Amino acid sequence: MTALTLRDFVAGYDPDLPIVKDVTLDVPEGQVLTILGPNGAGKSTLIRAVAGMVPIFSGEVRLSGRDVTRAPAHALARAGLGFVPQTENVFTRLSIRENLQIAAELLPRSARAARVAAMLAMFPDLAARPEALAGSLSGGQRQMLAAARALLSEPRVLILDEPSAGLSPKLVAQVFDSLRRIAQGGVTLVLVEQNVRAALALADRAVVLVDGRLAHDAPAAELVGNPLLGQLFLGARAA
Amino acid sequence: MELLAYAAFFLTVAMTYATICLGLNVQWGQTGLFNVGVAAFVGLGAYVSAILTTPEAPGRLGGLGLPIAAGWVGAALAGGVLALLVGALTIRLRSDYLAIATFGVAVALQLVFQNAEPLTGGAFGIGFIPRPFGGLQRQALPFAALNLALTVALVLILYLALERLAQSPWGRALRAVREDETAAESLGKSPLRLRLEAFVLGGMVMALAGAVQAHFIGFIAPANYLPALTFQVWAMLILGGSGNNRGAILGAVVVWAIWAATAALIAHLVPAGEQARASSLQLVAIGVILCAVLLWRPQGLLPERRAVPRHLGRP
Amino acid sequence: MTPQLLVNGLVAGTTIGLGAIGLSLTYSILRFANFTQGDLIAWGAYLTLTVASAIAGLLAGLAPATPLAPFSFGWTLPVALLAGMALTVLLALALDAVLFARLRARGADAIILVMAGFGASMALRAGLEFIYTSAPAYFTHELQIARPLGLGMRATPDQLLVLGLTAVLVLALHLLVTRTATGRAMRAVSENPALAAVYGLDVARVVRVTWIIGAGLACVAGVMSGLLVQIRPTMGFDLLLPLFAATILGGIGSIPGAMVGGLVIGLSEALAVQLLGAEWRAAAAFVVLVAVLILRPSGLFGRGA
Repeated sequence: MTALTLRDFVAGYDPDLPIVKDVTLDVPEGQVLTILGPNGAGKSTLIRAVAGMVPIFSGEVRLSGRDVTRAPAHALARAGLGFVPQTENVFTRLSIRENLQIAAELLPRSARAARVAAMLAMFPDLAARPEALAGSLSGGQRQMLAAARALLSEPRVLILDEPSAGLSPKLVAQVFDSLRRIAQGGVTLVLVEQNVRAALALADRAVVLVDGRLAHDAPAAELVGNPLLGQLFLGARAA
Repeated sequence: MELLAYAAFFLTVAMTYATICLGLNVQWGQTGLFNVGVAAFVGLGAYVSAILTTPEAPGRLGGLGLPIAAGWVGAALAGGVLALLVGALTIRLRSDYLAIATFGVAVALQLVFQNAEPLTGGAFGIGFIPRPFGGLQRQALPFAALNLALTVALVLILYLALERLAQSPWGRALRAVREDETAAESLGKSPLRLRLEAFVLGGMVMALAGAVQAHFIGFIAPANYLPALTFQVWAMLILGGSGNNRGAILGAVVVWAIWAATAALIAHLVPAGEQARASSLQLVAIGVILCAVLLWRPQGLLPERRAVPRHLGRP
Repeated sequence: MTPQLLVNGLVAGTTIGLGAIGLSLTYSILRFANFTQGDLIAWGAYLTLTVASAIAGLLAGLAPATPLAPFSFGWTLPVALLAGMALTVLLALALDAVLFARLRARGADAIILVMAGFGASMALRAGLEFIYTSAPAYFTHELQIARPLGLGMRATPDQLLVLGLTAVLVLALHLLVTRTATGRAMRAVSENPALAAVYGLDVARVVRVTWIIGAGLACVAGVMSGLLVQIRPTMGFDLLLPLFAATILGGIGSIPGAMVGGLVIGLSEALAVQLLGAEWRAAAAFVVLVAVLILRPSGLFGRGA
């Protein structure tokens, strides 16, 4: 069964200058997919458009076979698509618990309290002071809250935009540990990540986006140590 | 003959509105500053010029009897100072604080016009304001024609000057600030300073327009500077085309024509007791026009020559 | 400040505070300074008056409208108020659907919404003048005698009712925003609407709730002001500067702030009336506004501009 399908997907901010061009992609259920590519290739725009935050100009998106093209972001969340933006991904003026409670509203009323408690139990840093404002959390803790929030509503597909951006190496390891646990739970993961090595270690499959188009699609293991990688990333980073 | 004099009168008033619109266009069209206190700037100019130029009157301060030109210069300076004060207070804050503050200024100045009787004459206002070419007042047509020529010349001079300014590096920097503040900043322009300069310039032009209007009509009263004036001028600029100086002038003439025509219709067709009520419909129409243009033709009749300004949104 | 001044200022301040809460909520959640809030207040008063007159007309033969002692009005007014609130809410929702929602969908800057509201406020106010003329109207013609409260203060039963009702409404609203799921959603949308949608919140629904609360409060404020003073088409527009001053003084988005701001403006107005004369009353709000913009533009309870 395919969890997420993109067909001839074109998206961006200006219809005359689309950023994502004709992307077609099938992500099977339970797969961990990482989207790689140089800066400005349109990786973030692609996943933000899938999540309903950037206009889609043509093509279609299917979630477990259901057409959700141009559905508003909140309807996508209800349909089982979780999205964690790179920045501004928690409500800083709400408490940790309130952040989780909002996400819990996607669940049946009777399940909400238990699910919030379960999520807090999973992240001891957050459970330590659930009434604190999310704005008082450190960068790493915010990423955890953002991930906890997205997981709480039990999405079938979870999309993350650079979950390790701006984190120390130790925290990056922690974040990828939690992602691994999430993946083992059967959630389909789609990941845009600068930290290519960590992303490839986690992913089953990697696609490379260049100038808004899919340039490469292979099992993740195959890309590890591939000279193409150096060309794409080390070059791009040095520039 | 009478019709010609009336046409000249109508166009002269339209030209004073066009002047106000040109001033507002510097603030809004070029810079994106929303001034809700147009009536305050126009009224200030009118009162300052009246106080400077009217002959001495018992029981009233001012009455300096200066030449009309001195009144106009004084009015423009007063408008500039008011704009400087309001701008210095709000331009560094979020964009709608300027709107709220200028709205407050309009309320406050209206109170001063009403209540500072020794200076403003209170509810009765100030009369006997010297009129340009006043010596010809008894010959209706030449008097009207000369006044029209004077206001047309003023609009023309302002139009040419403002067009030049818009094409100058200053004008380009101003539009850059309007479209993208951070990009403009990286060019080494201080957005705050540019905006303040534009706001002051616009305030000066509007106050000058108020003075010109006051001298043409010959008397002023607080009721001339109610919020309805601000609404009218905004409808003129938005309908004409914000950002386009020719649009500002066209909008002033079109809206003033509609206004004058409907007022004449009401005066002829509606019984005296119901006229106030009927004229409130004119104001409903002004409000609806303003909203309708924003919804369906945000660029106005004569769009800015560049692409649709980004701050208007995608139509 | 004499004790009686305090009473007058507080009573005037409650109307301003209620209106300002609505303004502050729409400001923080819809993200623009809504110039129609004043006119919603006036429309609320007139709609309630119309419903009250209709009820009185229907029941003319059946039950004489005797005032509910000790107040100056009969049972028709509270009933009409509920209907008036519903109608004011409908008006606000219609305005949003026809005007503001379309501009939002187009991605127009906040300042374009401010301008659209400014144009709509002109149409709304002039519309009232057309329908009801500019002659003042009244909910009641009963005369009320101010009763002594001690310390040389006097107040009419109507005034005390207004104070009490305001306190109840503000408390209820504060609890709604801080303790309920709806309030949580409102706070979330006010911080970041795009993220709220990602969390699964229906932002359009939160916008509707905000209009419902804002317009409902506007109607109550209009009826209170109409009951204690009089009803005029410009009553809301005249309140607009005090509303903005109170909102900014309190800090945009803060309910207690808007109420405190309203009371401060009410008291300043009472002071201005005593020191300078009634004709300068409206200047008080302007002075407070300028002082806030100079000293603390984020307001008393604000989060930094």
